[in-house]
Amino acid sequence: MSAATGTRSISPPTPAAVPAGNAAARKGPRLWPTVAALLRKELLVELRTLESVPAMSLFSLTTFVVFHFALNKGSVEGDLAAGILWVTLLFAAILGVNRLFVADAEEGGFDGFLLAPVERSALLFAKLLTLLAYLLVVELIAVPAFAILLLATPLWPALPGMIATLLLGDLGVAVIGTLVAALAVRTRARDLLGPLLALPLFVPIVIGGARSLAPLLAFAHRSGPSARWLLTLGLYDLVFGLIAYALFDFLLED
Amino acid sequence: MPAIELTGLVRRYGERDALSGVDLSLQMGRTLVVFGPNGAGKTTLLRVLATLLRPHEGDVRVLGNAIPEQDWALRGRVGLIAHEPLLYRELTARENLRFHARLHGVGAERVHELLERLAITDRADEPVRTLSRGMVQRVAVARAVLHQPELLLLDEPYANLDPAAVELVAPLIGAGIDSDRPRTRVICSHDPGRGLAEADLVLGLRGGRPALLAQAGAVSTQEIAELYR
Amino acid sequence: MYGKGLRALSISTVLAMTAALALVFFYAPLDAEQGFLQKIFYVHVPLAIVSLCGFVAGGLLAIQHLRTRDAKWDYRSYVAIHMSLIFGLATLITGSIWAKGSWGHWWVWDEPTLVSFLIVFLLYVTYQPLRFAIEDPERQGRYASVFAVTAGAFVPLNFIAVRMSSSFLHPRVLGQTSNLPGSMALTFLLSLLAITLLYVTMCKYELAVKHTRAQVRALRRRLEGHAAAGAGRSAAPSGLSGGAPARPAPIAPGPAQPEVVAGAAGTSAFKAGSAPGAAG
Repeated sequence: MSAATGTRSISPPTPAAVPAGNAAARKGPRLWPTVAALLRKELLVELRTLESVPAMSLFSLTTFVVFHFALNKGSVEGDLAAGILWVTLLFAAILGVNRLFVADAEEGGFDGFLLAPVERSALLFAKLLTLLAYLLVVELIAVPAFAILLLATPLWPALPGMIATLLLGDLGVAVIGTLVAALAVRTRARDLLGPLLALPLFVPIVIGGARSLAPLLAFAHRSGPSARWLLTLGLYDLVFGLIAYALFDFLLED
Repeated sequence: MPAIELTGLVRRYGERDALSGVDLSLQMGRTLVVFGPNGAGKTTLLRVLATLLRPHEGDVRVLGNAIPEQDWALRGRVGLIAHEPLLYRELTARENLRFHARLHGVGAERVHELLERLAITDRADEPVRTLSRGMVQRVAVARAVLHQPELLLLDEPYANLDPAAVELVAPLIGAGIDSDRPRTRVICSHDPGRGLAEADLVLGLRGGRPALLAQAGAVSTQEIAELYR
Repeated sequence: MYGKGLRALSISTVLAMTAALALVFFYAPLDAEQGFLQKIFYVHVPLAIVSLCGFVAGGLLAIQHLRTRDAKWDYRSYVAIHMSLIFGLATLITGSIWAKGSWGHWWVWDEPTLVSFLIVFLLYVTYQPLRFAIEDPERQGRYASVFAVTAGAFVPLNFIAVRMSSSFLHPRVLGQTSNLPGSMALTFLLSLLAITLLYVTMCKYELAVKHTRAQVRALRRRLEGHAAAGAGRSAAPSGLSGGAPARPAPIAPGPAQPEVVAGAAGTSAFKAGSAPGAAG
């Protein structure tokens, strides 16, 4: 009958529409409380294992050192500075992306979550916020380190614009990172496929982020980031956010 | 209303049939025990009933709801004990159970109660990875019955449990009553003796096909052993 | 199912390509600046357009697959992407040749179309490894479709982003397709038609080959596969006798899961073009 052509299960109807014949299903929490419960679990696991954030931060610092030797430059500004910072952050992000769903795939099992009477997109939001949180913490460490190790221009005046750019960029990285992580985690070569899928998708973020940051970090200093690039980043985030929201459920099924 | 009604259930894995043409009807409060060698489709059947897998063909109705169209109506009413304990190793038993409790809208008292009943309380605040397999299985049982499901799906639930633990666990997953409702159960078992003792209905799977389907009284351990030959 | 109309398509493709080539070599005027090399434009740009449209089409077909869960859409999506990847490679190569001839370098960064093409290409190259890394055929199709939709949406966005970042403002030849003189425009349009036909024909070939192969496999399984399946007693009223299987295993008569595509894909694309007799 209908099973073969599988209409996709629709979300739970309003209470009035539930047929009286079924015993009342215990309703789980709504979306945001579910996200909160998941987020709490994520952060608890991370605090316990300290797997992602320290590695990402350390990686950033080491990468700055590598860049110094690779480029043979004591200090950088403008385009070069913006580029180095973004590349480093992206690769650090990939470390986080690789670990994002591993605990669920290997231990906790998606099954436990899938059996609960909750909205499945809660997992997307929770993981997205987790990755975003990781990135923000890493940046708290990496950006000052960058300013000390490599940046030729003063950081302080550039900070407001930088924060805006990094926030929007991080949001995009988090959306794409979560989608790619979910896609890659249950495949055979997950540590390889993750970066290969993510990096091309990150390119527009690099474009927007670096073009936005470069004038802030240049000798001929600009005070604010260009609205045009911030808008680009925002739009990209929005489009991929919607796409991730629409597609995520399909990745959770077995 | 039967708890489970399957008509011509087919679930494929690529070109192979993991389940081909399973028909059965299980009344509420009854226990179905599924026997069969590894790879026969027992776990697949359990996962279809849990709404984790979609049927490719056939009609599946669980607790009156058609799968997959109404699988959302089943979530929170089904409890699953799988091969994996579905617990986060770095979190404690208590934290794992609290997490699942939150997902199901169940309060902390229930977690506390289960920890006591399963005698896990004194190890409840240590990471799961430090617990023995038997203890982990007990926590997994707690996770499965936390929300007092109407239908229990159990994949070899007594594996890794010593007799004392079995005694603790049995009231929670054995035939019995939960808040005025008798428990409906589907159990995958490799133990003909114990399995038959618990069963009302017996299903024997082989290569995805139902090789045997009968009331428990009409089946001998001999016939079950035949399945594995 | 896919064989219908294949002969007509093939013939029209050959005709169109011959006509286009004829026009390119004998009719289109010689470009004042770039000379003969400029004629690569008639191959390069249509390849790019068809390839990009193919990627987006792959995404649309993938949406259909996710909505209906019918494997045939997954097949089509796979073939569309696969063929676009090949055409994409051809785009990069012809673009590179043109760049070398025109500007002296095998690669130029200030051609935003070419650059965004490279990024898209690098993304889609992961499509087949992704499929290959997932064993469960149904999940493979589903995950591949998720990828195809994401990547399909990415194509236009990436194009825009790279364009925006290009700091050179003088119009490139690629952007000039709208103000081509009549003879060049005609040649260009005919080339575009020819390459589109080539793409569609090759896709159809690949689909027909895969479909036929899958049907052969299904038949073979029906013949030899289910001999010794579970014989036994059943209380269900289907009335079996000992020794016979409880019921014949249902075989999907339609296109089987495309799990074959991961391994065979690399070779089949080239076979498809040269084995018209095998198809429909």
